[in-house]
Amino acid sequence: MTESLAARVRGLRKRYRNIPAVDGIDLDIGTGEIFALLGPNGAGKTTTVEILEGYRRRDEGEVSVLGVDPQRAPRSWRYGIGIVLQDVADLSELTVGETVRHFARYYPDPGDPDQVIDSVGLSEKTRARVRTLSGGQRRRLDVAVGVIGNPKLLFLDEPTTGFDPGARRQFWSLIRSLAAERGTTVLLTTHYLDEAEALANRVAVVAAGKIVAEGDPATLGGRASAEVSVSWDEDGVRRTAHTSDPGQLVAELTGRHGGTVPGLTVTRQSLENAYLTLIERDR
Amino acid sequence: MTTAAIAGARRGPSVAYLGVHRGAIELKAFFRERDAVVFTFALPAVLLALLGAMISGVYEGSSVTSAQYLVPSMVAAGVASTTFVNLGISVAADRADGTLKRLRGAPMPAAAYFLGKVIMVLVVTVAEVVVLFGIGVLMFDVTMPTDPSRWLTFAWVFVLGVTGCAFLGIAASSLASSERSAGAVMNLPYIALSLVSGIFYTPISALPESLVTMGSLFPLKWMAQGFRSALLPDTILAQEIVMSWEHGKTAVILGAWCIGGLLLCRTTFRWRGRGDG
Repeated sequence: MTESLAARVRGLRKRYRNIPAVDGIDLDIGTGEIFALLGPNGAGKTTTVEILEGYRRRDEGEVSVLGVDPQRAPRSWRYGIGIVLQDVADLSELTVGETVRHFARYYPDPGDPDQVIDSVGLSEKTRARVRTLSGGQRRRLDVAVGVIGNPKLLFLDEPTTGFDPGARRQFWSLIRSLAAERGTTVLLTTHYLDEAEALANRVAVVAAGKIVAEGDPATLGGRASAEVSVSWDEDGVRRTAHTSDPGQLVAELTGRHGGTVPGLTVTRQSLENAYLTLIERDR
Repeated sequence: MTTAAIAGARRGPSVAYLGVHRGAIELKAFFRERDAVVFTFALPAVLLALLGAMISGVYEGSSVTSAQYLVPSMVAAGVASTTFVNLGISVAADRADGTLKRLRGAPMPAAAYFLGKVIMVLVVTVAEVVVLFGIGVLMFDVTMPTDPSRWLTFAWVFVLGVTGCAFLGIAASSLASSERSAGAVMNLPYIALSLVSGIFYTPISALPESLVTMGSLFPLKWMAQGFRSALLPDTILAQEIVMSWEHGKTAVILGAWCIGGLLLCRTTFRWRGRGDG
């Protein structure tokens, strides 16, 4: 069973100067999943991911990534891992092509550099110096470097922070298509709810170092079972009813009005609200 | 089959292969940063040209002019500048801009990173030495030795000096908390050591004894002395502290700094910046 998991975490804890940053996290990330760790800044997402990436040592708990403990992993373990870093400004004097070709050398079975550059949409920038790239292009180069080794597991740490809405959408479709084409497992951290919803099959909400909810983004925090508010105009008055069966209520209203219900709206609690309720519970 | 078994079965590229490619990338990046290149080469060259033009005279009992005496000493200072200062700044920059973080997350052994730095530093240092020799020959009528044994002396002093200073530069880079402070952090010991090693103030025997004692603890004084022994006629020995080139002692002290520097590197090297947890 463990072998079908890309990552397995049990009871993970990490303290910085005695303040717990990660306070008992369990995770199971299945092979091929796009999994998002969602939470506000300082929730412990980055610390968790950095422990999984082998950047940091844990204080307590069990961690297995691609079947190996990152703290004791050999170099070959990294052949299966791709990392897209949060904010780096390196490589500035090299060109996009040189960078991707250089990183391809690190792996026994790399992708074709030109193809990878093309897949992140930087073909026209192959000869451009990295320092001349825009923020979004730079991030796409980071993704190219992250996937050049054909990783089984790709880490994306807050990948679209600072992007404009158009660039975010473009970036999301890039990640979706890369994951679909390669079957790569993706572990993503984000503090944007819409990002988790747009990309992930499964989301874990992290607050104060703990997982407070986990599941399909659409049903997060019991949203599916929550009551729905139905509003309409009747006798010149705005009316609102809360119900767990909006279908029946709307049918009733339609019957009563003999057709169109004036000013009818049906509103489900937004994911944003479900999320805010979850992370505020722990504050 | 477990994923670990699959990963373990694949053999990746060797350290030597990766190190050579790191070296190529480092050199490309270095030579593309025009202002850094100009100033790295210019500092020792300008110092040599100016100091050499300022001092005059011929040392008693020899045909060596003050300016000629300065040339091998400035070559040693040039080596220290491209290795200790330049490498220290470049490692601090790699730490600050995320290069080290990215490399640590890639399947790249640390040894390949350092090998790449060594290759970069060797090329840059050889170029620096050529520039300084050029100034010596063109401006101050230095004659290059023809005796192969002198070149042999130059070669071993050079290798030990570059290695020791490079390790010390990498170790000292950890003292800088950011890329911006690295220049200041690296230049203070460099300038101070140049002064107490009798580089700017010639000949070394004119320095107060306490300063010479201090300078003798560090590699720069010995590297400069080794280069003088290779490039100047032995008639200049009267201007040294003792009437001998002390090759044995030079080799021991430079060698000790190579080993000590390596140990210091291994104990103080940080992949992360200070503010980075």
